[in-house]
Amino acid sequence: MEHAMKLHLDATLCQGYGLCQEQAPGLLELDEWGYAALRTPQPDLGSGARAAADAAVRVCPARALRLG
Amino acid sequence: MEQLTRPRATAEVRTLAALGTAPVLLGADPGRREDLAGYLALGGYRTPTGPEELLRRLRAADLRGRGGAGFPAARKLEGVLAQPPGPRVAVANAAEGEPASVKDRFLARRRPHLLLDGLAHAAAAIAADRAYIQVSDRTAAASLTAALAERPPAVPVTVSLVAEAYVAGEESAVVRHLGGGPALPTAKPPRVFEHGVDGLPTLVHNAETLAGIALAAGGGRADTFLATVSGLGSAPALYELPYGTPLDELADHHYGTGADPESYLIGGFFGGLLSPRPGLALHPESLRDAGAQLGCGAVVALGPEDCPVSAAADVLAFLTAEGARQCGACIRGTAAMAQTLRLICRGEATTRDAEQLEGWSRSLRGRGACGLLDAAAANAAALLRTHPGTVAAHLAAPCPRCLAAGDPPRRTRFALDLA
Repeated sequence: MEHAMKLHLDATLCQGYGLCQEQAPGLLELDEWGYAALRTPQPDLGSGARAAADAAVRVCPARALRLG
Repeated sequence: MEQLTRPRATAEVRTLAALGTAPVLLGADPGRREDLAGYLALGGYRTPTGPEELLRRLRAADLRGRGGAGFPAARKLEGVLAQPPGPRVAVANAAEGEPASVKDRFLARRRPHLLLDGLAHAAAAIAADRAYIQVSDRTAAASLTAALAERPPAVPVTVSLVAEAYVAGEESAVVRHLGGGPALPTAKPPRVFEHGVDGLPTLVHNAETLAGIALAAGGGRADTFLATVSGLGSAPALYELPYGTPLDELADHHYGTGADPESYLIGGFFGGLLSPRPGLALHPESLRDAGAQLGCGAVVALGPEDCPVSAAADVLAFLTAEGARQCGACIRGTAAMAQTLRLICRGEATTRDAEQLEGWSRSLRGRGACGLLDAAAANAAALLRTHPGTVAAHLAAPCPRCLAAGDPPRRTRFALDLA
């Protein structure tokens, strides 16, 4: 069975740049210290959200985000 | 070189004969190390059955993981069996980081063959080509090494010693350490059953879970659990209890009839405070319904001199000190909750501080790579839920009990070791 693509955040890598949230505000939020958190439940990565997720993955200097 | 032990109070090992169960986990003589002859006399080291028969027995016994999460033991095994063919690894986790629990080090030190028997059954079921036991004390390592010499295992077993730390017992930290890395957790996914030691599918079972597997595989009873019971000025003790034992009954036996504790710290440091209610049973589902968990079976009664707020502050201070310092939200969030609790203890917190604590106790869940931040949030949430009036009183005026207790000790006051 093919599993649905999801955005994953490795919290050990996040440095709090906050760039991802600018790219994908519907998928990510920042806490009061600036660290990224995945919104739950994660919205379906349909076409629009998928493009935002890709952009968030690309923009993170710490490579803390991935799709899988 | 990191220190492997810390100064602790000691827990005396006793059986709870009053609850009328013949001990199968504590063994025939819990005060002494059981050797090979002793274990064989109890019918140990049966030839492993195939995986299907083992799974059937584990399901029939409803055996749950005893490391804390209570995940069904059979399902964890199935997770590894479902992986593509290839080498697999079996791991016994006896790196007991819970300060108020001594059960895993009891099994590793005193019943090494029961633990190794369970590991042998688990390793055989997944066709592992090697196995490990992770421990965090030298006595346990020596006992297991001697047991392996007494009876060489079919699948090679390596005893691995790790510096004692709260996060070192988390399963991704265990496999990372066994692979030559630091004993620190990794982000999920992947889970260790798909990507564990050296990237191989890895079955990690807690020491007590493996003891249960040995008992169930041998056709015996596996309907009891180990509970480390302390607090209220009592001499700490390790009990073997049938699932469903009423908490009141245990309290009457251990603390004395009429001790009537106002609050418990239960299930380990990730569980939080519990307000007892009549008839509450020590069973995973009953405790979950009561907003708590059975966890690792640690039961700490808070005495009249122990304010629940200062107990929660103690736990949060410990968790802050024990964090892996990998995840920003945990580094910041755990320290922030600990600091707010310290302010509440001192009578220096405002209503706004308490509201902020309540917000963090919800918003910080699931934010770290391991469960430490969840543990911190759960403790804050449990305090606010179970003792709202006590917390409110602290905002109005300083609490004499908290002032007498002072700032949390560097090491939690709830820490125990095996006598």
